[in-house]
Amino acid sequence: MAIIDVKDVYKTYTENAVPVHAVNGVSFSVEKGEFIAIVGPSGCGKTTMLNMIGGLDAATKGKIIIEGEDISTLSPAQLVDFRLHNIGFVFQAYNLIPVLTVKENIKFIMELQHKHKKEAEDRVKYLLEILGMKDKIDVRPKYLSGGQQQRVAVARALASKPKFVLADEPTANLDSKSTETLLDLMAKMNKDEEMTFIFSTHDQRVMDRAHRIITLEDGKVIDDSRKMRG
Amino acid sequence: MKQYLKLAWRNIWRNKKRTLITLASIFLAVLLAISMRSMQKGTYANMIGNAVRFSTGYIQVHAKGYWDKPSINNSFESDDILDSLLVNNHNISLAVPRLENFVLASSGDHTKGVQIVGIDPNKENELNNISGKITIGEYFTADDNGILIGDGIADYLELSVGDTIILLGQGYQGMTAAGKFPISGIFHFPDDRMNNLLAYLTLNTAQELFAAYGRYTSMSIMLNHPNKLNQTRHNLQLALNNEDWEVMKWQTMNKTLTQEIAGDNAGGIIMLFILYVVIAFGVFGTILMMTMERRKEFAVMVAIGMKRFQLVLLLVFETIFIGLLGVLSGIILALPVLIYFNVNPVRITGAAAQTFEQFGIEPIMPASLDPNIFLYQGIIVLLISFVASLYPMIYIGRFKILDSLKQ
Ligand SMILES: Nc1ncnc2c1ncn2[C@@H]1O[C@H](COP(=O)(O)OP(=O)(O)OP(=O)(O)O)[C@@H](O)[C@H]1O
Ligand SMILES: [Mg+2]
Repeated sequence: MAIIDVKDVYKTYTENAVPVHAVNGVSFSVEKGEFIAIVGPSGCGKTTMLNMIGGLDAATKGKIIIEGEDISTLSPAQLVDFRLHNIGFVFQAYNLIPVLTVKENIKFIMELQHKHKKEAEDRVKYLLEILGMKDKIDVRPKYLSGGQQQRVAVARALASKPKFVLADEPTANLDSKSTETLLDLMAKMNKDEEMTFIFSTHDQRVMDRAHRIITLEDGKVIDDSRKMRG
Repeated sequence: MKQYLKLAWRNIWRNKKRTLITLASIFLAVLLAISMRSMQKGTYANMIGNAVRFSTGYIQVHAKGYWDKPSINNSFESDDILDSLLVNNHNISLAVPRLENFVLASSGDHTKGVQIVGIDPNKENELNNISGKITIGEYFTADDNGILIGDGIADYLELSVGDTIILLGQGYQGMTAAGKFPISGIFHFPDDRMNNLLAYLTLNTAQELFAAYGRYTSMSIMLNHPNKLNQTRHNLQLALNNEDWEVMKWQTMNKTLTQEIAGDNAGGIIMLFILYVVIAFGVFGTILMMTMERRKEFAVMVAIGMKRFQLVLLLVFETIFIGLLGVLSGIILALPVLIYFNVNPVRITGAAAQTFEQFGIEPIMPASLDPNIFLYQGIIVLLISFVASLYPMIYIGRFKILDSLKQ
């Protein structure tokens, strides 16, 4: 069964009485464990699409069904809860909480979920180990480089083992070393924990690692192709 | 919970300078408010304490109707129930009986209206230290049958200690009251109206003069805890028969002082209100800025799964921290200063001092250490902080995630 089903979704913004069709009849479904890159020219609707899947924005028309549930039927409070327990978000800017240390930032979601403390701490150590940032565990974000901050942001999104991760141009501001480390981690989570990933990106390095590439143009899917695994 | 406290605590120190300025404003306002209230309350307590000593006591018991028609015919007889109440009530520190009546006093060609007060020499002295006000002669010894007169009366009647004064008036139930009394002493009170009007006899002598054997016109009561005045008065009134007795508090009997204090107090409350408004704006500005500059951070938090009410809770903790720190520092600094002025009251000098003395009040302003002052100011400032953060809280409940994320 598909974990995400996007069914003929439209999103129309009205800017100064002029309708902008940001997403214009998009359909696709996502299976558990997929590693998807959504690509396309600027303004084609990538961010809008991800926001709608993440319940941050509502579709004008069409349905987004996640694990059998139409998310348009959820109240704002239920949506927050839904995001907390199902989705890991990675934003283009790092967006860490500045007053919390690396460890506290990564634990943040697990604490909102009331995860067991020991389990959370182990998870933090495990992820930082992979990211090569164990020595930064008690450091605050402002003492980290951009690349390091984004690694922590990704660790925060992955730590609670969400059903899927939505990442809007996560590597846009990163050097190739950081990009590689991040992609390695995500690929590992995808493989080890069958975590599902959906990216939007302009970055060739990300596209190279994706198993499936959905190409949008003017709010429509113009191509949807799976690579041969292996 | 611990997470919120940690986050809130760290958040308020993100902009140290701004938080410190806000804290300083709360601190100053609390310090001012507490000091002002403490001085006011302390001064009132001193005024009241002094005033009631020279007049009615905190509570006065009369025969029903005496206060409206203060005649010796409205006097009461010594009463077992009253006596045992006065002894057994823990809040009553002193009960002073008096028998008062108006007579004509004369010497030679001069005649003057005089208010005779029959007193228990020991109790009266304990109440208002009248022996210390004797300028010529002696205070009563036990069973003294002399008279003490004010220096105003002495001057007018051209009398001195050892001379005899003649009193003429009406006693209990229309009996003629007339007598000759040797002058034992002449007193001088700060209030000249008293010096021109009052003369003291011992209770026995007065009762005999007015043929009011075993009778009193009033019983003045001093309290250990003046703040429990209403309760004590109520208990007395309940225990005594309503038909025969009236139990009055000083506020009812001394309307002038009550009004004077009420007026001054109202001025103080207006000052307090101004201070509170200043605090409210300071806190409002800070909390609002703390909210607006974190719009994006809040949006991220809600996006990744923090509920809005949890964010509101976070803001509540931040507000409480700021309010509490300001209040506590204000109290901690005010306390030693106020303790000092409680022990060493400010002395009033000049014209103001004379006004005080006219009313028989020691011209000092002691600080009050009534814990309620500290408690109320603290609670009020916390409430104000809370109200000032209502708008930021409403904002958190409503902001649009995507718009804020884009910033
Ligand atoms: N809040 C909004 N109000 C009005 N128009 C919007 C809004 N958000 C997006 N749009 C418009 O919708 C279209 C799709 O925008 P979107 O951000 O999804 O593009 P994108 O594919 O993510 O572009 P980029 O690669 O530059 O990030 C654009 O034309 C954009 O101007
Ligand atoms: Mg975009």
